[in-house]
Amino acid sequence: MLLGPILLLFTAAACVLFALKPVWFPLPISAEALAYDRQFVWTLWIAGAIFIAAQLLLAWTILRGRKRAIVIASGGRRLEWTSGIATAALFISLSVLGSRGWAKIPVRTPDKETIEVHAHQFAWNFRYPGPDGRFGRTGIEFISDAGGNPVGIDPNDAAGKDDIVTATLRVPAGRDVLLLLHSRDVIHDFFVRELRTKQDIVPGMEIPLEIHVDRPGTYEIACAELCGLGHSQMRSTMLVMPPEEYDRWKRQR
Amino acid sequence: METPALKTKGRSRFFAGLASTDHRAVARLYFFLSLLAVVLGILLSLLMRFHLVFPQAQVGWFAKLWPIGAEGGVMTPELYLSILTLHGTIMVFFVLTLAPLNAFGNLVLPEQIGAKQMAFPRLNLLSFWIAAASFAILLASFMGADGGPLSGWTAYAPLSVVGAIAGPGEGLGQTLWFFSIAAFSVSSLLTAINIIATVIDLRGPGMTLMRMPLTCWNWFVTAILSLLAFPVLLAAGALILLDRLGGTSFFVPAGLLVGDQTIQHSGGSPLLWQHLFWFFGHPEVYIAILPGMGIVSHLIANFSRKPIFGYKAMVWASISIAFLGLLVWGHHMFISGLNPYSAIAFSLLTMTIGVPSALKTLNWIATAWGGSLRFTTAMLFALGFVSVFVTGGLSGLFLGQPQLDAYFHDTYFVVAHFHLVMGIAALFGVFAGTFYWFPLMFGRMLDERLGKLHFYLTFIGAYATFLPMHFAGFAGNPRRYSDFTTFDFLAPSMPLQRWITHSAFCLAAVQLIFLWNLFRSLRRGATAPANPWEATSLEWSESESPVVRGPYEYSLPGEARDFLMQNEESRGY
Repeated sequence: MLLGPILLLFTAAACVLFALKPVWFPLPISAEALAYDRQFVWTLWIAGAIFIAAQLLLAWTILRGRKRAIVIASGGRRLEWTSGIATAALFISLSVLGSRGWAKIPVRTPDKETIEVHAHQFAWNFRYPGPDGRFGRTGIEFISDAGGNPVGIDPNDAAGKDDIVTATLRVPAGRDVLLLLHSRDVIHDFFVRELRTKQDIVPGMEIPLEIHVDRPGTYEIACAELCGLGHSQMRSTMLVMPPEEYDRWKRQR
Repeated sequence: METPALKTKGRSRFFAGLASTDHRAVARLYFFLSLLAVVLGILLSLLMRFHLVFPQAQVGWFAKLWPIGAEGGVMTPELYLSILTLHGTIMVFFVLTLAPLNAFGNLVLPEQIGAKQMAFPRLNLLSFWIAAASFAILLASFMGADGGPLSGWTAYAPLSVVGAIAGPGEGLGQTLWFFSIAAFSVSSLLTAINIIATVIDLRGPGMTLMRMPLTCWNWFVTAILSLLAFPVLLAAGALILLDRLGGTSFFVPAGLLVGDQTIQHSGGSPLLWQHLFWFFGHPEVYIAILPGMGIVSHLIANFSRKPIFGYKAMVWASISIAFLGLLVWGHHMFISGLNPYSAIAFSLLTMTIGVPSALKTLNWIATAWGGSLRFTTAMLFALGFVSVFVTGGLSGLFLGQPQLDAYFHDTYFVVAHFHLVMGIAALFGVFAGTFYWFPLMFGRMLDERLGKLHFYLTFIGAYATFLPMHFAGFAGNPRRYSDFTTFDFLAPSMPLQRWITHSAFCLAAVQLIFLWNLFRSLRRGATAPANPWEATSLEWSESESPVVRGPYEYSLPGEARDFLMQNEESRGY
């Protein structure tokens, strides 16, 4: 029957597509991203093997199954148990393996470079504590995008005087960086492909995201949670600088 | 008390059927409502695919159709997002819920269990008209001066709560949208109660639960799932309407500044909406797919002329899929800002769903293995379902791992995943059911040659559209972007996106073959024989004898024919 050959062709085409990789992941820039890619490749091999086996089995069943004497199979119970236990073991171990690179609650410690990320419809701002190492108080009543205070730093708080606010995220390579994610209006999402991670930014919450980038360069920051009509224009960049250069930049500000 | 009219066969009674409480008449109403909805949903998807690859194109009739949303013929981002919202809402609710469960459940379930009617025939008709009203409200929400709501079918708070300041269409349009969803929940709840009562109370003599066809089992399990999931959506909808209209703050925290406007809410949680929504939303996936699984099980046995492999295992697999489906909503929220440890529990439970799903797949193949396969169009769609379900299900292995999901979440990888496993697979179930039960619905047969042509082109078109889409996900291409021009990293994916658009247009075009076949066969199709597929289940039986055997007694040794109907005494030996 025609469906058999079509299934074979489709399976072959899928394999060719994965071999050619018309588009693919960008280069990883952190240890976590490298670990991500390893886990992805593992999963891809397992899913790929099941995919090929299942499609070929289906195609074979279709190709051989025409007008023959029926034999009612027995011993189904054993096949069901074996396959059930095998798939359970496989899928659960994938889940366990996949959680190694996951569950971490970032902790705020003084040795980490702490940077606030402020998202709003439809722009990004980033705040650094300045030489005193402390963030000034903020309040929505002080927010003025036109007046150069997009984060809403309280002008009466001395700790805020030296805070640096930028539209581009600069981070030092090789250091632990703690991003504290804030939104003033709706849910946004901080997504940098090269880090292989994203994190929703929920108004009313401060969500920490720890990153450690090894490779200097410029990477795009995208919003990855539908936030309104400008969602697809909500772009910024992450500039990963050698640590000395980063320190010099911060001093000069 | 009036007795509802029995078996109003034939198309001439169709218009009388608008107010008929007969289960077949109600089923036909659902069938045509979801047919209208799917045509609209497909057209909307084509508008989206067109805009994604030609974001600056000036189209004269866009400007006529949407004088504000497409001024000068160029589609604005807000128009794109409202089309996206309408597409998702229509497809999930009015196609994938109404067609597999309500249309086919109503049509076939009472017949297959030997009941004359649904348990509550008038409630059944009421459910339909509430669903139809809900559809009308949904369409109305897109007709406002500001355009339709743009918050997607998931309507995340606070975007969906704070009103027109958050975006065009977020005023009256979004309010109507929530009313539509609330009405739909009421309709689904009533249908669920009806199906559950019918299965429990109205089974004919001899029809024990374990003699029910797998179709009935799956409609039954789906109805239980609906009963547990839709009230949560209804409650969530009521709460969010209170937030929007009554000044409460269930989902909006204090201290928001949207645009230049301070929001007067305090103390709510945006994550609460996600919990409530996905507590409904994940079971909804199974509400869409379980009926298809039942249809596929039933048809593969029928057209392989073999008993279903592992009947009991199939029943328990459906029950465990539904049960686990209630426990995994958190996998939609891996990156939402929950405690990361919760993701490990949700991940384990999610991956566990793979086990009954794999078992079902294996049993379908084992049923067909070595059978005397009859490649009718219905059978082809059933086999196509198995292929698509495997392909779409396997990408779940990636998304079920929180670490891997962190990259794939809200990219085209997810779009490819749910379009294959929930959209295309469920629609294949609907197509299979349409070809199989068209005789029961209209007394005529659909054209098999056109049917097969339609199947092959759809099968190829579906894969050609959605398989490459995974690669856009590998490149990190976010979904719900109205254009791909702002980001440098999206440029390399454009040839792929153009391919997907071309393929989607071809896939949509070949659906015309189906529509042609459907409407032509309504008038000119061959008259259906009493049991066109030589099946065993009661919907094809003309006798009213009690049930004496299970639903899949095909090719028993020593019998004159290769099937025994459920209410038929053996003449063999």
